[in-house]
Amino acid sequence: MVKHNHDTYLQLSGLEPLIFTPEINFVNIGERTNITGSKRFSRLILNGQYDEALEVALDQVRGGAQILDVCMDEGMLDGEAAMVKFLNLIASEPEISRIPIMIDSSKWPIILAGLKCVQGKGIVNSISLKNGEEEFLHQAKTIKKFGAAVVVMAFDEKGQADSYERRIEICKRSYDLMVEKVKFNPQDIIFDPNIFPVATGMEEHRTNALDFFRATKWIKQNLPGAKISGGVSNVSFSFRGNNPVREAMHAAFLYHAIKHGMDMGIVNPTMLEVYDDIPKDLLTHVEDVLLDRREDATERLLEFAETVKSGDKKELVNEAWRSDPVEKRIEHALVKGILDHIIEDTEEARVKLQNPLKVIEGPLMDGMNVVGDLFGEGKMFLPQVVKSARVMKKAVAYLEPFMPKIGDVGYDAEQSSIKKILLATVKGDVHDIGKNIVGVVLACNSYQIIDLGVMVDAQTIIDEAIKNKVHIIGLSGLITPSLDEMVNVAAEMERQGLHIPLLIGGATTSRIHTAVKIDPVYSGTVVHVTDASKSVPIAGESIQEDTRENYHHNIKATYQQLRIDHEAKQQAKQMATYEEAKANPTLIDWSGHSPKIPNKLGLSVFEDLDLSEIRKFIDWTPFFSTWMLSGKYPKILEDPVIGKEAKKLYNDANTMLDAIIAENWLQAKAVVGLFPCKREEDDVKIQDENGKDITSFHFLRQQGKKGKGVPNRCLTDFLNPGQKDYIGGFAVTAGIGIEKKLEEFKKKDDDYNDIMLKSMADRLAEAGAEYLHQLVRKEIWGYSPDESLANEDLIRESYTGIRPAPGYPACPEHSEKRTLFELLEVEQRIGISLTESFAMYPTSSVSGFYFGHPESKYFGLGKIAQDQVQSYAQRKGISLEQAEKWLSPNLAYNPQTLSVNQAI
Amino acid sequence: MLSRTNLLLQKLNTRILILDGAMGTMIQRYKLAEEDFRTPSLKDHPKSLKGNNDLLSLSRPEIIKEIHQAYLDAGSDIIETNTFSGTSIAQEDYKLSHLAYELNYQSAKIAKEVALAYSEQTPDKPRFVAGALGPTNRTASISPDVNDPGYRAITFDQLAEAYAEQVKGLLDGGADILLVETIFDTLNAKAALYAIQEVYEERNIPLDPTEGGIPIMISGTITDASGRTLSGQTTEAFLISMSHVPLLSIGLNCALGAKELRPYLKVLAKKAPFFVSAYPNAGLPNEFGAYDQGPDEMGNQVEVFLKEGLINILGGCCGTTPDHIKALADLAAKYPPRKISDLELTEN
Repeated sequence: MVKHNHDTYLQLSGLEPLIFTPEINFVNIGERTNITGSKRFSRLILNGQYDEALEVALDQVRGGAQILDVCMDEGMLDGEAAMVKFLNLIASEPEISRIPIMIDSSKWPIILAGLKCVQGKGIVNSISLKNGEEEFLHQAKTIKKFGAAVVVMAFDEKGQADSYERRIEICKRSYDLMVEKVKFNPQDIIFDPNIFPVATGMEEHRTNALDFFRATKWIKQNLPGAKISGGVSNVSFSFRGNNPVREAMHAAFLYHAIKHGMDMGIVNPTMLEVYDDIPKDLLTHVEDVLLDRREDATERLLEFAETVKSGDKKELVNEAWRSDPVEKRIEHALVKGILDHIIEDTEEARVKLQNPLKVIEGPLMDGMNVVGDLFGEGKMFLPQVVKSARVMKKAVAYLEPFMPKIGDVGYDAEQSSIKKILLATVKGDVHDIGKNIVGVVLACNSYQIIDLGVMVDAQTIIDEAIKNKVHIIGLSGLITPSLDEMVNVAAEMERQGLHIPLLIGGATTSRIHTAVKIDPVYSGTVVHVTDASKSVPIAGESIQEDTRENYHHNIKATYQQLRIDHEAKQQAKQMATYEEAKANPTLIDWSGHSPKIPNKLGLSVFEDLDLSEIRKFIDWTPFFSTWMLSGKYPKILEDPVIGKEAKKLYNDANTMLDAIIAENWLQAKAVVGLFPCKREEDDVKIQDENGKDITSFHFLRQQGKKGKGVPNRCLTDFLNPGQKDYIGGFAVTAGIGIEKKLEEFKKKDDDYNDIMLKSMADRLAEAGAEYLHQLVRKEIWGYSPDESLANEDLIRESYTGIRPAPGYPACPEHSEKRTLFELLEVEQRIGISLTESFAMYPTSSVSGFYFGHPESKYFGLGKIAQDQVQSYAQRKGISLEQAEKWLSPNLAYNPQTLSVNQAI
Repeated sequence: MLSRTNLLLQKLNTRILILDGAMGTMIQRYKLAEEDFRTPSLKDHPKSLKGNNDLLSLSRPEIIKEIHQAYLDAGSDIIETNTFSGTSIAQEDYKLSHLAYELNYQSAKIAKEVALAYSEQTPDKPRFVAGALGPTNRTASISPDVNDPGYRAITFDQLAEAYAEQVKGLLDGGADILLVETIFDTLNAKAALYAIQEVYEERNIPLDPTEGGIPIMISGTITDASGRTLSGQTTEAFLISMSHVPLLSIGLNCALGAKELRPYLKVLAKKAPFFVSAYPNAGLPNEFGAYDQGPDEMGNQVEVFLKEGLINILGGCCGTTPDHIKALADLAAKYPPRKISDLELTEN
C-alpha cells in the first residue's frame, strides 16, 4: 500500500468528508453565520431567533459553502451558550451539518464549548502566539485531543505580522512548536497570514497584498503540510461603496493568492467577479495595486474607480420584466409567484400612490384578479395560485405597518371597498386543508380573509364577524359531528340577528344536508360550496348589490324544493325492521373455517415508524385531488392539460418528503392491538387472554329493504357467530412535530408549504395505515404470511381483510373511536387525542378496526330506522336523543328530539 | 521479552486475530433470575437489577469466566470485558452509578486471569483482553426531544468524566487494549477518546502503540442501509473524525450482518491508516428480535471479505456464539490479514 491520504491531505468532516485533494483547488468558507460580519445574523441571534439564524446557515450551504464559519463574539451575548445552542441546532439539520464547522472565536472558553458540540472534524479559528508560547502550546494540545484542525494567526507577543519577514518568522515559529512539541498533524495547521487593505494611500500598505502572496508561497514551500486561509474582503476595504471595483479586486486577489498556494478562505460569492470577465483596463489598474507594479498605482485606481461606479451590469435577459412599470412588475410577480423583488416593488408602489391601501386595492388586487381569471379559465392551477397568494401575503404584510389604525387621523373603515370573508373550522373539528385552500382562492379574488383557524365555537365566530364587519361567513368541517355544529352556528346566527350569507363546505357536508338541516334554521342566505373554485362565483353573487336579492331568493327556493323531494323519498324508501335485517345477514359458511390465532395478541406499539419505508406506500391520487388536480396517479403526470403542474407539484411534494425524512420534521407512531372476541348479535365483546370481557364495540346493520339474495350487512357478520374469533384495531399518526414547521411557514405567510406539509402528513398517515395493515396480515396477525403485493395492488385493496374506520360508511358512528382509543391506549402510547366531536389530533392520523375473514368487505351503512337506533342506544347505554344526534346523518326519519325547531 | 503491546502488534502483522462473540446471547442461556444479579450488599437495592449483565461480574463472576473460556476455547485471541454498560451514565438506569469503577475493575480482572491462563497453555497464541467502552444510553449530538432539537440529554463533559472512570477501572484491572465500541454517535466516541488521552497523559502512558502505549480500538455502528451512523455520518466521515489519535484499529460492529457490513468495511480497508476490525451480528434480527444466522451462513458471508483482504481483526456481535467464533477462526486461518504498509505513518 502506498502512502495514505491521511498523511497527504487535510481531511475534515461534517456528516460527510471534505478532503483537500489537489483537484479541489479552493475551499469556500461560508461566513454569514459570523455575528461580527453579518448584521442580519447578529440581529437574529441577539433576538433569540435561532430558527431564522439556522436558515442563514442553510442558505450558506445551498450557496455552495464547503465549511461553515460560526462566530458568536458579541459583547451583549453569552457567547458560550449561544455557540452551544447554535451548533446543537445545526447538528439537527443534516443539510447543514453535512459540511465541517469552523468554530470561530477570539475567546478560548467559547472555542472549547464549541469543540464539545461537533462530532465531525472541524476547524478552530483561531489561536496564535499573541500571549506567549505556554498558552499557545496548551491550546494546540487541547485542540488536538478534540481532533480538530486549527487556524493559526500570524500574530505573536510583539503584535500582528505586517511584513513578509514577520509573517514567515511567526508562521515558522508556530509551526515548529506545534509539530515538534505537540505532535500536531501538519496537515491540520492552517495559517492566516493576514490579508490587509491595499490602496489606502498609506505608503506602508502598498505591499500588503504582495506580502501575503509571497508569505503564502514561502509557507507552502517551507512548512510541509500547512495550509493557507484568509478573509478576502479586507483587501478592498478602501473601496467600500464601489462594488464593481471591490468585486474585481476580490477576483484578482484570489486568482493570485490561489496561484501562490492559498487553500481556503472567506469570500462572499455575491461580491466576486469572474476573473476573466473583469474588463481589461480595470484589471490592469487593480493588479497594478495588488502586485505593487507602479509608483502611482493607487492614485490611478482611485481615479479609474470613479468611472466604474455601480451600474446594474449583472441584470440578465430573463430579468427583462424588471424594467416594466411597477404595476406590471407586481402583476408579473403575482402571476409567476416570484417573491424576490416584491418588497421593493411594493414600496415603490406605496411611495408612488401615497397610500398603502391604494397599493392593495390597486396593483396588488389587479394582479390577483389576473391570477383569479387565469385560475377560472383553467390556465393556472391551484399549486400556482397558492404560490401567488404567498407573494400577495408578503406584500400585504409589508404594507401593514403603514396602514392607518383605528383611531388614527385618516382612518376610515368604509374607505375600503374590499369585502371580507370570515372562515372557520367549527368546534370539535381540526381539519383545515380545505378551508385554507378556499381562503387562498378567495384571497386571489380580491377578498380579505379573516381565518379564525380550527375548533372555533359559534360565539367566537359571531363575535368576530360582527367586530370585523365581515360580508360572508364560511364554515368548514371534515367529520360528521361537525354537521351538527354547523346547524348550531347557523341557529345562533339567526338568534343573534345576523343576515350575512353563510357558506358551508368540507368533506362531509352536502347539498342535501345543507338544504335539510342548515338552511331552515337561518333566514339569511345559506349555500353549500362543493369545492374551492366554486367559492368565488358563489361569494360574488351572494353579496354583490345587483345580484344578492335574486341569489338569496333562488337558493332558498332551490333548497326548499330539495327538502320536499327529500321528504317524499324518505317516505317512499322501504325500510326493513331491525329484526328482519338481522335475519338477513351476509352469508358466510363457517363450518370449514377456523380463525387464524394472531401471532401476537395484545398491543404492539411503534414508537418511530420509518418514514422512508412508509413513503413507498403512499397513494398519490388523493394527494392530487386535495390540490384540485383530478386524475389517477401516475397517469396524471402525463396529462396534456394538467400534467405539467401535476409534475411540478409531485416534485415539490417529493422534495418536501425528502426534507421531512432527512430533517425529521415529522414523526410517525402507531399502535396495533389484536384481541380475542366474542360476537353477540351486532355487538362484539373484546376479551383478554383469559377470556375475560374488557370492552364492547357496537356495530350497525344496513336496514334498507333488499332484493332477493342481497344481505343487510353489518361488520359483525365477518366474525364467527358461534365461537371465539379475533378482531383488531389500530391507530397511526404521521403528524407528530408538525406544529413547529407549520409555525415557520405561517411566519413567512407561506400557504403553499403549509398546505403541502399538511397534505403530505395526511398521505403519510394513510400510507402508514397501509404499511401497518400489511405488517398485521403478514406478521402480527399473520393470516397472509406469504402475501406479496405491489403498491398499486394495495391501493386496489387486493388483499384479504379490511380496516374500516369509525366514522366512515361501514361504521359511521364516531363515538366508537373513544372505545377503540381506550382499548388501544392510543393517547398514552402514541399521543393522538380525540376532540369532543371525536376528531383525531394530530389531524394526520388514521384509526380503525381489523377484520381478517376472507369474505370481509367494505360497504356503506345507509339509512337506519328508529328501532335499530333504539337498540343501539340501549346496547351502548346512552339516551335515544344522544344516539340520534350521533347518528343523525344516517337516520331514515326525523327524530322528535331534533325536529322541534326545524320547519321541514 | 516483548511487551504485550508489541506481541499484539507482531501477531497482527502476521495473521487475522479473532475477537470473541456476544456476551448477552451467552448470558441468556443461563436463564438467570433477579437474585442472580444481586450481590449481598445489593440485597435490598430498590431497583430491579435483572438484565444488568455487567453486574454479573460481581454477583456471578464464574458465569462470566465460563463465557470467556468458551470463547477462548473456540479460538479467540482477544476477549472483551463484560463492561458494555459499565459507565456511571449507563448504570444510572439501575441506580448503580457508584459501582462503575468496581464493575470495570473486576470485569477486567476476571478476563485477564482467564486470558493469562490460556496464554500459558498456548504460548504461541497469546490471548489479550480488550476493555470494552460502550456507547452509553445517551447521545451527545442528537436531541431526544423532537420538539427541541437544540436540547441534549448528556454533555461532552459528563461523558468524558464517566469514560475516564471506566478507563481507569479497566486499566487497573489489567486490560491490554481499550475498545470504544458500538459507536452510534461520533461525539460520544470523541468524548471517550478525549477521556483516554487525559488518563494516559496523567499516567504517562504513550498514546501510540508503537511507542509502547496501550492500544486503542475503535468500532462504529452503521445503523441501516443508508450507510450512516445513527448520528448521520458516512463511514469515511466517521473515520476522519476518529483519526486524530494513533489507533490500533478502526472497524464496524453490530446492527448489521456480515453481508450488509461489507460495503462499509471496504471503505475503511481502502482509507484507514490503521488495522481494520469487524464483528458483525449473526445476520439481521427476525421479527421477534432473535438472530437466526448459523455459523456456516455467517462464515460464508464473512469469507467474501476475508478473500478481499479487508480485515485484520474479526469477531461477532449480537447473536454470535462460540460456534460462530470457531467457524470464523477456522476461516480466518486460511486468509492473510489486510496489509497496512507501515503503522508508524500514523504518528504524524
